[in-house]
Amino acid sequence: MKTRLLNVWSVLKLPLVAILVGFVVGAFCIMLAGSNPLTAYAALLKGSLASLPSFGETLYKVTPILLTGLAAAIGFRCGLFNIGGEGQYVVAAIATVGVAWSFQGLPHFILVPILLITGALAGGVWGGIAGILKAKRGINEVITTIMLNWTALYLSNYLVRTLLNPSRLLDKLPSGHTVAVPEAARLMKLKVIIPAFGYSSAHTGIFIAIGVAVLMWFILFKTTLGYEIRAVGFNPTASEYGGISSAKNTFLAMFISGGLAGLAGAIQIMGLVYMVNQSPELPGYGFTGLCVALVGLSHPLGCIPAALLFGILDNGSRQMQLAGIPKEINAIISAVILVFVAGALLLKYINVYFEKKRGAGKPRFKEVREV
Amino acid sequence: MSGVIVIAVIASAIRLATPLLLSALGGVFSERSGVVNIGLEGIMIFGAFFSVLFTHITGNAWIGVVAAIIFGIVMAALLAVVSINLKGNQIIAGTAVNLLAAALTAFFLELIWHRSGSTPICPDMLTSNPIRVLEKLPVIGDLFKQFTPFIYIAIVLTFVTYYILWKTPWGLHVRAVGEHPKAADTVGIGVYKTRWICVLLSGVLAGLSGACLSIGTVGLFREGMVAGKGFIALAAMVFGKWHPIGAMGASFFFGICLAIQIQAQSFGLDVPGEFLAMVPYVATIIVLIGVVGKAVAPKADGQPYEKDEA
Repeated sequence: MKTRLLNVWSVLKLPLVAILVGFVVGAFCIMLAGSNPLTAYAALLKGSLASLPSFGETLYKVTPILLTGLAAAIGFRCGLFNIGGEGQYVVAAIATVGVAWSFQGLPHFILVPILLITGALAGGVWGGIAGILKAKRGINEVITTIMLNWTALYLSNYLVRTLLNPSRLLDKLPSGHTVAVPEAARLMKLKVIIPAFGYSSAHTGIFIAIGVAVLMWFILFKTTLGYEIRAVGFNPTASEYGGISSAKNTFLAMFISGGLAGLAGAIQIMGLVYMVNQSPELPGYGFTGLCVALVGLSHPLGCIPAALLFGILDNGSRQMQLAGIPKEINAIISAVILVFVAGALLLKYINVYFEKKRGAGKPRFKEVREV
Repeated sequence: MSGVIVIAVIASAIRLATPLLLSALGGVFSERSGVVNIGLEGIMIFGAFFSVLFTHITGNAWIGVVAAIIFGIVMAALLAVVSINLKGNQIIAGTAVNLLAAALTAFFLELIWHRSGSTPICPDMLTSNPIRVLEKLPVIGDLFKQFTPFIYIAIVLTFVTYYILWKTPWGLHVRAVGEHPKAADTVGIGVYKTRWICVLLSGVLAGLSGACLSIGTVGLFREGMVAGKGFIALAAMVFGKWHPIGAMGASFFFGICLAIQIQAQSFGLDVPGEFLAMVPYVATIIVLIGVVGKAVAPKADGQPYEKDEA
């Protein structure tokens, strides 16, 4: 029992320390801004957890980043860096609007699954491009996914301005956003089921996200596909020797990863936003997803508390601002957590990616297996 | 298309290409030594902010430039510690640098000017041509009227980078460390030291690039003003095949795409701006695929080096 506890501690030590360091650095910045860190953090918790509506708002923030977190996590498990979550999200969001518009006559219970599949497919294809290039030509997925992020953004901006603009579809004045998705495409708000959620924008998407997390856990740890993906992540050469195609699994992992980020885009559109805006910048969910996956130790179930943490940071910032604390503190905390995780944690857990090039037989492999 | 417009587009392209080139050169140093630098974007944000801050404090834009370099080095040092000494993952470290720089500058903006969004205009800028003689040249004289000091700096630094990396013994060491750190180590080249110097140099260059965006262009710092330019610089470096002269060509090409996008209306070109904006990214992927001459990264790019104790 004691050794088991020690094991749990040895696994959880680094993310917990990273979070602690993040909040300590955050406290310094708060003091620099002339406020009391305790007041600030109390406001953070109050703003994100104290009442059911504020908790609901946190759940709303958690939904997309849990999915992009899962996307990053499955990539890591296969030794891949999908930093294209941004682009996969963007492509899926615009595809969702397009398909929802085209099928607007359909009833709710048919349209919703169609749109979820649309989002997942769009994101999957976008991720799959990087997957194919990696599998067939050995091109580093980091660079291709970065390039595809911005390609996606401009593609989306183009579609917002032209094809899906209210000026074209509704005879209205040109605007900076697309038409809204029809009523039937919108996910139910939690407050409809439980009125106590009050003003919060939480919607049933959170259940989909948690369901997908459990599903990913099952796929990764209980199916052949998951086993093969993880095997390729450990050591592609050895996997190949054991009859597991690293090319096939690399593609599949990128496809699934993109699909998950795409699902985030679809659900965000169907849950609250209902339309896509023109934007000069990427939305940022993909990058937060990286943080979620790393703090969640690339474990699908670990991503749930990790996403909750970043959801709290995001949602609590408004309350902190009301208490006179600059909202940027929370972004600083997230970034510091990431720096710390990059420096300490990756070395041991995620570094499988580079481990394979350094050769097998190093003791670190044992620790990887424990995650 | 009249000559005036051609000159205007070229001048605009060169001005837009300059920050890309400076950052891409930083990327060349870093990646040639084997450290992937996704954090160029973040270093640029830092450079842009601190050059404005120090120009406000001192009233002299050149001191702002020095500040941009110093704070670029600070951000690069963070990347270096994590990716070289802690052997952390370079991609994550770079992403962290980007997020941290964006958050910190927004925080300082709030702290110092008590406003969010953008700083006031600087009392001093570096937007005019320092070498007036060139403006007297026939035909292309008008072009030089648009030049900023950063353009000359970037062009000189391109050749300096080339000279250092390909014509000096130390440059050979850098490339050896990036291709095969173990072999380099065996013949007595300090892998960590070489990588540190290269990453810090990338901080110098990307910091300069940030200054070029703020005090060299609009004279203020705005949140989100870098908006992906660090990633276009990364693309320029890849497109230029990890070579300074290549990066220069790539930056100019990307600059032209951006310039046409901005000025498309002035000569009635009917290409959606979004597609022009996409060109750098799509072109880079095509080059990577190897359709037009394959771009190959240094062999040990992205791999932390661990000295064998045994």
